[in-house]
Amino acid sequence: MAQEQVTVPISVGELVERTAQMKKNGCRLVQIGCTKVGDDYEINYLFDKEFALTNLRITVKQDTVIPSVSSVYFGAFVYENEIHDLYGIAVTGMNIDFGGHFYRTTIKTPFAVTITKEGS
Amino acid sequence: MGKQITVPFGPQHPVLPEPIHLDLVLEDETVVDAIPSIGYVHRGLEKLVEKREYPEYIYVAERICGICSYIHSNTYAECIEQIMHIEIPERAQYLRTIWSEYSRLHSHLLWLGLFADGMGFESVFMNAWRLREHILDDMEATTGGRVIQGVCKVGGVRKDIAPEKLDEMLKGLKNLEHELHDLTDVFLNDASVIHRLKGAGVLKTEDAYYLGAVGPTARGSGVPIDIRQTGYAAYGKINFKPVVESSGDSYARCAVRAKELYTSIDIIEQCIKKIPEGPVDVKVTGAPDGEFFARAEQPRGEVVHYIKGNGKKNLVRHRVRTPTFTNIPPLVTLLKGCQLADVPIVVLSIDPCIGCAER
Repeated sequence: MAQEQVTVPISVGELVERTAQMKKNGCRLVQIGCTKVGDDYEINYLFDKEFALTNLRITVKQDTVIPSVSSVYFGAFVYENEIHDLYGIAVTGMNIDFGGHFYRTTIKTPFAVTITKEGS
Repeated sequence: MGKQITVPFGPQHPVLPEPIHLDLVLEDETVVDAIPSIGYVHRGLEKLVEKREYPEYIYVAERICGICSYIHSNTYAECIEQIMHIEIPERAQYLRTIWSEYSRLHSHLLWLGLFADGMGFESVFMNAWRLREHILDDMEATTGGRVIQGVCKVGGVRKDIAPEKLDEMLKGLKNLEHELHDLTDVFLNDASVIHRLKGAGVLKTEDAYYLGAVGPTARGSGVPIDIRQTGYAAYGKINFKPVVESSGDSYARCAVRAKELYTSIDIIEQCIKKIPEGPVDVKVTGAPDGEFFARAEQPRGEVVHYIKGNGKKNLVRHRVRTPTFTNIPPLVTLLKGCQLADVPIVVLSIDPCIGCAER
C-alpha cells in the first residue's frame, strides 16, 4: 500500500523557518538524509503527521554552509553530525557538535566520493 | 547546585551488547546531562549500492541488523517495488507479514531475556531465550535461516509455506502463548520488577513525539505511532491495535514489549487463517527510476528506507534511518534525573541496537 508522501524543494535560506512551521503544524521529524547527485547534494528533511510524509528538500554544493535545525527539533543533531562526517558539508549552530568525530571512518567524508563498480 | 562530575559509561559495559558511549554529568548520584557518542562500528553498508546491483543488494540490506534482518529486506524490497510499480501476489504479502511478526517475537523475547539479565533475573533470562528458540526453529524450517533468512526478494518471496506447516505453526503458537503467560507475568506483576522500573527514565508524551521517539519507546510514553497501521504488506487486511502505555518510564516500555508478544501471535494467527492460495512472486525486469521513502514497523520502531534510482542496475542512493538512531535523542532526555545506578537498566529499556543504527 503506497504511503502518502510529497517533496517540496526549498532554499537554504528558508530552511529553519519552514522547519519551525512544520513543528508548529504538529509534525514529527522523521529523518534528515543526504544524497549526492552529480556535483550537487540533495538534503531531505522528512516530516510525518498522521502517517503522511512531507519532505523539505534543499539542494546544495559541497562548500555550502547550512544552518542547523536542532534549535527547532533537538534530535536533529544526530542527522546533522552524520551529514557532516560522511559528506563533509558544514552545519552551523548544532546543539551538540561532535566536531567531525560522530563516526570514526578510515577515510574522511567517505560518502562525498563515488566508488565505481571496479573499485576505483 | 552540587559539584558536578562526569562519569564515562560504555562503550564496553556488562549490560550493553553493543558499543555506545555516554558521558554522564552527575550531581551526587543524579544524572543532570548525558552526551552520547557512537561511531565505533560504522560499516558504510549504504555505500555498497555503488558496487552491488539492486536485486543482489537486498542481501546487504538484510545484514544491516542481526535481529530485525528480515524486516530490513522486506522494507528494501517494498521501496523498490513502489518505485517500479510492482504489485506482488497477495500470498507473498501474507507471508511477508507472518515472517515480520515472527521477527518481532524473536526480537522481543531476546530483549526480555537481556532485560531480565540486566536486573539480575538469570532464570527468567534463560526462560525467555528458551521460548525464543521455538520461534527461531519455525523461522529456520520455513526460510532456511535462523536470524538471516534471505527469503525476501524484489517481486515477492523466495519460498512458500506448505499448508501442513502453517497448521503446525498455529499449534506451536498456541503452546507458546500459554507459556508466555508465566514469563510476561514476571515483567508485568513481579513486585521487585515494578520497584526497579516504575518511575525510572521517564519520557513525557510531548518529548517523545518531538524528539523523534519510535516503537515501544514512543508507545510507552503514550504516542500511538505504529507504522503497521499504514497497511503495508498484509497489515491492511488484519485487525490489530497498537499497544500503548502512558507512564513513559522503563516499566511502560517493558510492558509494551511484553504485551506486543500477544499482538504478534494474534496477527500471525489471522494471517494463517486468511492467507490465499497462489504464486509467491512476480517476474521483475528493468531497474528503478525514481525515489521513495518506505517505512515499516520493526521491533524497535519505525524504520525508513530511502531509495533513489536512475534507471540503472546500481542505485544512486540507499539511505536507512533505523529506530535506534532516532531513539538516541530521547535517550539523552530520559536519562536526565535518573540515579546513576539506574542508568544501565534505563539504557536497556530503549532496546538499543547500535550496529543497526550505524549501518
